[in-house]
Amino acid sequence: MQILILLCVLFTQNISAQQIKKAVAGPFLLKNGTIHSITNGNFVADLLIQDDKIVSIGKNIAIPPKTTEIDCSGKHIYPGFIDGGTRLGLAEIESISVTNDFQELGDFIPHMKALTAINPNSVSIPVTRVNGVTTVFSKPERSTFPGTGALIDLFGYTPEQMFAGAEGVMMTFPSTGRRGRFDRRSDEDIKKDSDKAMQKINDIWTKAKLYATIDSALTVEKKPKNTYNPQMDALLPIVRKEAKLFIEVNKKDDVEAAVKWVKENGIRAVFTGVAEGSRVAPLLKENNIEVITGPVLRVPGRGSAPFDESYRNASEMVKAGILVAIRTNDAENVRNLPFNAAYAASFGLGIEEALKCITINPAKIFGVDKTYGSIEQGKTANLFISNGDPFELKTRIEYLFIRGWNVPMESRHTLLYDEFIERNPGK
Amino acid sequence: MMNIRIIYATILCFLFPFFGSGQGSILVKNGTVLTVTKGTLENTDVFIEKGKINKLGKNLKVPEGTQIIDASGMFVMPGIIDAHSHIAIDAVNEATSPNTADVYVGDALNPLDVAIYRALAGGVTISHAMHGSANAIGGQCETIKHRYGVINPEELRMADAPRTIKFALGENPVRVHGEGNNIAPATRMGVEQVFRQAFSEAKLYMKAWEDYKAGLTQSSPMYNRRLETIVDILKGNIIIHCHSYRADEILMLLNVLKDFGIKKICFQHVNEGFKVAPELAAFGASASVFSDWWAYKFEVYYSTAYNAAILTRNGVVTSINSDSDELIRHLYLEAAKTQRYGDLNDDEALALITINPAKQLGIDHRVGSIEVGKEGDIAIFDKHPLSVYTIPQKTIVDGIIRFDIKNDAPDMRLDVNPEDKFASDYLEEALIKEDNCLQGVSEWLLQSDHASYLRFIYSQRHSH
Repeated sequence: MQILILLCVLFTQNISAQQIKKAVAGPFLLKNGTIHSITNGNFVADLLIQDDKIVSIGKNIAIPPKTTEIDCSGKHIYPGFIDGGTRLGLAEIESISVTNDFQELGDFIPHMKALTAINPNSVSIPVTRVNGVTTVFSKPERSTFPGTGALIDLFGYTPEQMFAGAEGVMMTFPSTGRRGRFDRRSDEDIKKDSDKAMQKINDIWTKAKLYATIDSALTVEKKPKNTYNPQMDALLPIVRKEAKLFIEVNKKDDVEAAVKWVKENGIRAVFTGVAEGSRVAPLLKENNIEVITGPVLRVPGRGSAPFDESYRNASEMVKAGILVAIRTNDAENVRNLPFNAAYAASFGLGIEEALKCITINPAKIFGVDKTYGSIEQGKTANLFISNGDPFELKTRIEYLFIRGWNVPMESRHTLLYDEFIERNPGK
Repeated sequence: MMNIRIIYATILCFLFPFFGSGQGSILVKNGTVLTVTKGTLENTDVFIEKGKINKLGKNLKVPEGTQIIDASGMFVMPGIIDAHSHIAIDAVNEATSPNTADVYVGDALNPLDVAIYRALAGGVTISHAMHGSANAIGGQCETIKHRYGVINPEELRMADAPRTIKFALGENPVRVHGEGNNIAPATRMGVEQVFRQAFSEAKLYMKAWEDYKAGLTQSSPMYNRRLETIVDILKGNIIIHCHSYRADEILMLLNVLKDFGIKKICFQHVNEGFKVAPELAAFGASASVFSDWWAYKFEVYYSTAYNAAILTRNGVVTSINSDSDELIRHLYLEAAKTQRYGDLNDDEALALITINPAKQLGIDHRVGSIEVGKEGDIAIFDKHPLSVYTIPQKTIVDGIIRFDIKNDAPDMRLDVNPEDKFASDYLEEALIKEDNCLQGVSEWLLQSDHASYLRFIYSQRHSH
């Protein structure tokens, strides 16, 4: 009988070792860690997490009953990293189109909502968390108005649980020039195509303004709308300057054209991609354009460009005074966000500014800086504890909290490691 | 017209110091030398004479007039070697048959590719220019030295490097030939038979020649370059580099090779190599992997970034490759990722991009570590190359500086043609990540109704 019990115990332990661990709720007291607040410098203090918030930071904090203490002496506490542009949760296996939900058919479909298609169980989500990324902006892409992106926390069982309170209508600005060597259109055709594309977005915008005027009039007169036009409805907040438009634009000439376009139409714009931003930084600054740039780890767009143009891009724009966030524009390897930031740091940006580009800056751009992007009392408890500089590869992220939940640092990648580092049976 | 002349003149002036694939002499003074094979030497000089490492030591005496680089406070490591790339070639895939052993990437070298310079700017001195993975038996590959500045393709080759050939398993050959062309292989079963057929027919071909030479037959067999190549594999004269992902297909090829007595094999990508690491080690097969690429297709969905670490711990000679003109620019970062994913120590991590890829290419007696007698390929970094903040400062090939962060012009293209209006155009970013082994397959395959996936991919990405 005893043997049987022993076997049972062994067996259940073995089973539980195979399962994904569950997140644990607080309160948590992080004792004596070096807090990298981003907004108020670095200092050693205790930090209390209760429910989903950082409730206090300081010394000798009064703690509620059943608080779990974590000794953070010699450890570092950073706010969770925020990736300003990904396909995480929308793309599972990139080569299998039915597992990808970031590109709906149609060229003018701003009402397509990323949030509805976010897969909370995407295998890539736990893989991303291990490097301290807690929040990402996931977006539809490719067509001219591909849809509305959503800011999500990388923890939760439903998209609603994950939603971090910000959405943004996306636009891909028409590319004005040749797309590359394979593009064998004549100069004339290129001009024709780009004129056509510009005409198209101008038409859309003229209609959007008219639609907004009619909509306002109907509201004033308290008359019901008798049309169904979800595309135009999605643009209303942008026409009314209540929301920003996220415009994907990379090449220098295109950025210049896009600046002109948003100026003419009075649009509050965030430019995304902006691979050649360093070539037009003053123009972007003059027009108060905010930027989500990246990946930093990409080949410069022109053969003539210096080898480090992409590495230096964020730095040049930050130096010009632009509000800049860094993105990976990736799906399964969003975990490389800190390394993208680190390369920008080495090539002119500096570590402090690079950290801002993946914490408080994206929070500001998405309008959630009251609750996200730094370690401050009252903010959402999205943070992690590391044993060193989180950009360095030798550093380990030891604990990660999203909305106050202590989320285990487990993923398909760690589980496969645990299983196969010593295979049983071996040879 | 005047302008054009000025541009040409400028280019020629700038090229002048580079011309030729010569061998230089240079003293790299007082750096922290990461030999990779013989530990770390502090405050040590490396003297390269006529392209070869001649001396290592402190305060070396060198002939007067020798060029000297002060590497005080810097890190000196062997030139990085990429065992899998497609830079510097004008063609990648001869996707016309499941077996194209007769073709040779070395016939399509392009020394003007600016990607070579950008690789040098990441400390990479040697890369393995590979045929693509459209065919189960692809073309022969070329090991090149990054002598950026040479114009003659011949001078790009690493002379006397062993011959190599590309094999491919899994989705790519199946998709291209089965789905795309409705011929075998359409499954992993079919892929196996491509190899068995090729090796068996090559044995018959070899026998036919032997019989003819021995006077047993009257007329000679017809010369067949495809079969000649396979015969050379059977004889051990060519190293197989096999594009592979899944554990089962890796074991399949090991079994085929055992049956035909073939020993020299390096598995490329090999995302599920970690599952069969003991089998790879027992066979003596090596593995060349991505640091963290996964999930871009189904056969890499069950992957782990700990692959390199698990393979290393199981005694498999492992390297980290780029297969990309982007990743090749920071292979030292890719190697450092094995310290986050698997705790490899510094020497183990550096070996992944130096001596181990050298072994896989059969050139480890010449390059891959800093040792007296080896070739003068060196990369100099301002910080430890495994720090995320490190920046390569100078890259030396055969004793000649080919990258210098301080002195190089911003525009380092060699093929500036003022008449070419595409030359300085902006290229759209490749939006979809994939192993780059299917380049050049698109155009003809796109005609197929089954190729919706490829249409999807190629509508999004630029071609090389």
